[in-house]
Amino acid sequence: MKGPDQRLPATTFEDLAMPLFDQLYNFAHWLAQNTPEAEDLVQETYAKALRGFSSYQQGTNFRAWMYRILRNSFLNSRTGLKTMVALDEDGIDESLPAETATPESIFIEHSEKNTVHVTLEKLPVHLREILLLCEVEEMSYQEISETLAIPIGTVMSRLFRARKALRELLQQSLLLGSVTESSRGGRDGS
Amino acid sequence: MAVDPWADKLDAYLDGELAPSDAVAMAGHLRVCPDCTAAALQHAQLKLVVRTSGKRYEPDSQLRNKIAKIIRGKTQSSSGWRHFGWQWRFAALAALIVLVAGAVINSRLLSERAVRRQVYSELADLHVATLASSTPVDVLSSDRHTVKPWFQGKIPFTFNLPELQGTEFTLLGGRVTYLRQTPGAQLIFRTRQHDISAFIFPEASGAAAGLPSETGSQLSFDVETWEQNGLRYFLIGDVNHNDIRALSKLLRDAG
Repeated sequence: MKGPDQRLPATTFEDLAMPLFDQLYNFAHWLAQNTPEAEDLVQETYAKALRGFSSYQQGTNFRAWMYRILRNSFLNSRTGLKTMVALDEDGIDESLPAETATPESIFIEHSEKNTVHVTLEKLPVHLREILLLCEVEEMSYQEISETLAIPIGTVMSRLFRARKALRELLQQSLLLGSVTESSRGGRDGS
Repeated sequence: MAVDPWADKLDAYLDGELAPSDAVAMAGHLRVCPDCTAAALQHAQLKLVVRTSGKRYEPDSQLRNKIAKIIRGKTQSSSGWRHFGWQWRFAALAALIVLVAGAVINSRLLSERAVRRQVYSELADLHVATLASSTPVDVLSSDRHTVKPWFQGKIPFTFNLPELQGTEFTLLGGRVTYLRQTPGAQLIFRTRQHDISAFIFPEASGAAAGLPSETGSQLSFDVETWEQNGLRYFLIGDVNHNDIRALSKLLRDAG
């Protein structure tokens, strides 16, 4: 579902905000990585959004507005302050392993959903969130730009780095898995 | 791995963010470049797995209900003044409706009153003009069996006249008259040297339709009007009201 709502009918906050509840919660959980904090985050988001709804400009992207509130709430939370790191938008995160192969086909072959879940959790928050906004929430670059308050160019470069990092982490975990399996297989065979 | 410059645009292409012309060009390129096609497939697979894995957490329904309840509560309390405003608006609207309705009714009443005044004024003129005329009646007779038939063919209705023997009233005669272009009968009765005009018109003609039955004074004359059997009766004269009422009763009983 690409593209923001260009026109919003005159309606209530509840009509606009409650349909976003499930996806906001999912996003909050991915950021906070635990249920109680995700719930607090969503609750805080709705409370803030409701208070600020009078200042919300009709015709602008309501979804991006809600996500921005949620993300800012997260950044100001204890977990958010701890997990967010200073970003060097143009630099390559050297802590990530170099890409040596393409793990997608292997993943599809194994179809291990949990592996991707764990790998996503390993991604730094700023890379995880942009991947989730693009792939899960299917936001356009423009919407992501509005949500994260960054230029579209930064959206593109950060997305590129997030995908690269995910691929490399998947590669790592698959390699580790195969090493574990082969070592287990070796022990079993002896 | 793709090595040509198209590779840089692969993500934007798969994200649906390329300009239409660039997207067409990219699609064309993918048809001829196996490396880029393979890369595009891998990127698409990654997108798919992230999408699938990313939709992982579902909120507790209690949390949803709790938040929805808070929103409704706050919305209602914050919009209390708005609701109050609506009540005022509703009240104002109701008041406006009452005012308009009142104005319409008042206007109608005024209109009816004006019509009534006009009718009585015209009838008074006819009554006075008749009495002042050297030939006040066209059929001069105290016999109701002479007067009533005289109107046949002259007016579009018929009526009954009372037997006046033994009463204080005498029939002097009658004439055809017109009220608001409607032909009718004018009968002259006398009691104690006072003349009373009885006008009869078809109610449906509209000449005086819809006037309420009433007794009273108009232009210093005593008057009475009623509707009976589709006919509108008027009595007008400079007699006391009891005389008007007595003649009215006679005519009603005869009608």
